[in-house]
Amino acid sequence: MSTLKVDQVSKLFRATSRAGGFTPALRKVSFELKPGEVISLIGESGSGKTTIGKVVLRLVQPTSGTVTFDGKDIAKYSQHGLRDYYRHVQGVFQDPFSSYNPIYRADRVFQLVREVYFRGVSDKDWSHKIDEALDAVALNPGDVLGKYPHQLSGGQQQRLLIARALLLDVKVLVADEIISMLDASTRVDVLNLLVKLKRSGLAILFVTHDLSLGNYVSDRTIILRHGAIAEMGATAKVFGNPQHDYTRMLLSAVPELHKKWQHTALGPVAVGSDGSAVATDIIESAPNGHVAPALAHASLLDEQAHAEHVVKRDFRARFGGSKAASTGKSAVAVALEPPPLNEFEPDHWVAEPE
Amino acid sequence: MSVSIENLSVAYRSRHGDVTAVDSVSFTLADGEIMGLAGESGSGKSTLGNALIYLDQRMKQTGGKVRVDGKELPIADTKAMRPLRMTEVSLVPQYAMSALTPTRKIERLTSDLLKSHGIRNRDEVFAEMKRRIALIGLKEDVLSKYSFELSGGMRQRVTIILSTLLNPSLLIADEVTSALDVSTQRAVGEMLLEFRDREFIKSAITITHDLSILAQIADSIAIMYAGRLAEKASTDTIVNEPLHPYTQALIASLPEVGVRHDQTTLRGIPGRPPSLVNPPAGCRFRDRCPFAFAKCTETPPFEEVKPGHHVACWKVSQEVGKQ
Repeated sequence: MSTLKVDQVSKLFRATSRAGGFTPALRKVSFELKPGEVISLIGESGSGKTTIGKVVLRLVQPTSGTVTFDGKDIAKYSQHGLRDYYRHVQGVFQDPFSSYNPIYRADRVFQLVREVYFRGVSDKDWSHKIDEALDAVALNPGDVLGKYPHQLSGGQQQRLLIARALLLDVKVLVADEIISMLDASTRVDVLNLLVKLKRSGLAILFVTHDLSLGNYVSDRTIILRHGAIAEMGATAKVFGNPQHDYTRMLLSAVPELHKKWQHTALGPVAVGSDGSAVATDIIESAPNGHVAPALAHASLLDEQAHAEHVVKRDFRARFGGSKAASTGKSAVAVALEPPPLNEFEPDHWVAEPE
Repeated sequence: MSVSIENLSVAYRSRHGDVTAVDSVSFTLADGEIMGLAGESGSGKSTLGNALIYLDQRMKQTGGKVRVDGKELPIADTKAMRPLRMTEVSLVPQYAMSALTPTRKIERLTSDLLKSHGIRNRDEVFAEMKRRIALIGLKEDVLSKYSFELSGGMRQRVTIILSTLLNPSLLIADEVTSALDVSTQRAVGEMLLEFRDREFIKSAITITHDLSILAQIADSIAIMYAGRLAEKASTDTIVNEPLHPYTQALIASLPEVGVRHDQTTLRGIPGRPPSLVNPPAGCRFRDRCPFAFAKCTETPPFEEVKPGHHVACWKVSQEVGKQ
């Protein structure tokens, strides 16, 4: 069994500004990905979802924690072992248009795989292998082989990249927002392709900010917030019975075709004697003290972004320097401490509010 | 009717001759109406939006008329358009996140903008701007910040405030929610509704590829396919009783929260839109349409099949004719 295990992985990014400071991108994230399982990693920008994908692909080295594949720590792979690792673990990314070199034909991505992994394979076997891979992603070889990237649609390009991963003996696919740039009419085809591959035993880490897409394909869901797990469990349980306030807020903001948002009109703006607006708390200025939760949340996000700039991204201000002093732990250790996860029901974990 | 567009055609100049990206498009917008314009990439939806503001060097108007508040909008005449921009028609551009210059603080940027549009009573405009900033829950100090000091959602909202500052009749919002997180998406969507309700804007065209956002904020939805309008109707009608086969397929391909792959398998639309260089004659959706028949080699008219419901499809016209 080729299980991918992410264990207590943290990542601190050092801020590039002169004032220094760190940004905790991941805070002790742990989960397991089993063969034939799709886990969707859902979170807003800055939640660390892409960083997890990069850590799994060994494009980013975690500050602490380990990722093990088949029981082996992936950080310990040297060149040769790493090549074998990539034989089993591959990634496809958001923007298909920048994954190709526009000067070369699109099928050069296959050629590059051959040069590294299949040097001894004869031309005939190779073209047979390509046909098989293209067949698996429902592409007609005549439509895509020998074409330049600009001659292919976004959906074709994305499926070609998945086919490239399938040429290898791939066990885990990191799919980072792979359909967010595609048109609605081709999106579903790529999603259904993922479902088909999953049924044949491929494990997929589906990174997305779109809750309905995540819900459609995944078996398990992880909701990330500020780099820590807010809620995790079987998709039906997380979406059907969300326990964390943050998950509920996200679900309430998802635009749905057949259900309208409850739009609460904003109240009048308080005006001072000189006719200019008086700054008030948005929560207080709203009629009957109630504002659209999305607007309130967005302004909280803004406040946070603002606070970050004020302190030059000093994580201590965000994550309580005083707490560090009182517990005798280092500020970094406190910043990386995620809220504790409690098991709400079998296979459904909920973090305590932060 | 606050906005009426009749047979508007816009072409791009190219080495292979003109490429008609918007082909005889007609529709009207009532006062207070937010119309959603949806379509795949390359369907001409952004070209249509941009043409109403600024025809750049590559584009030219090849026919049709645009009227806003009863006056003709001289879209082919860049100079005559100048005083009308921001006051009559205004645009929130695609990639609005990067629309704010990084070298000026928001206040200076606004003041430059107002000066270049010849606005005299700038103090009043600034007071109004501050009120609007407070209304949507931003702090007044955004004015004294550079754009890179703001979060993506803040930048998007500041751009919308700037575009609507002079209360334009028509606002064109091009993919304003696409690059945002769900919660910020909702905040921006509700902000557009609020601005319409307060009559900061009279009517708006929201361009997006995301139908579910339109279902939230638009009063009517127009579906564009390969440069032509396929269907236009009220949001409820488009979502619940679409008539054009393309709209039907598009709606059916959207996953909703609660839909899982093991219960329902959604379907995409096979094939891709035709190239607009020498497009095929007749209905352009023909090749991908499950209902295509002989008549589809002729161009279907965009006609009103039910009150307020326009469709360009022979099959629909025939069925309605029979009833």
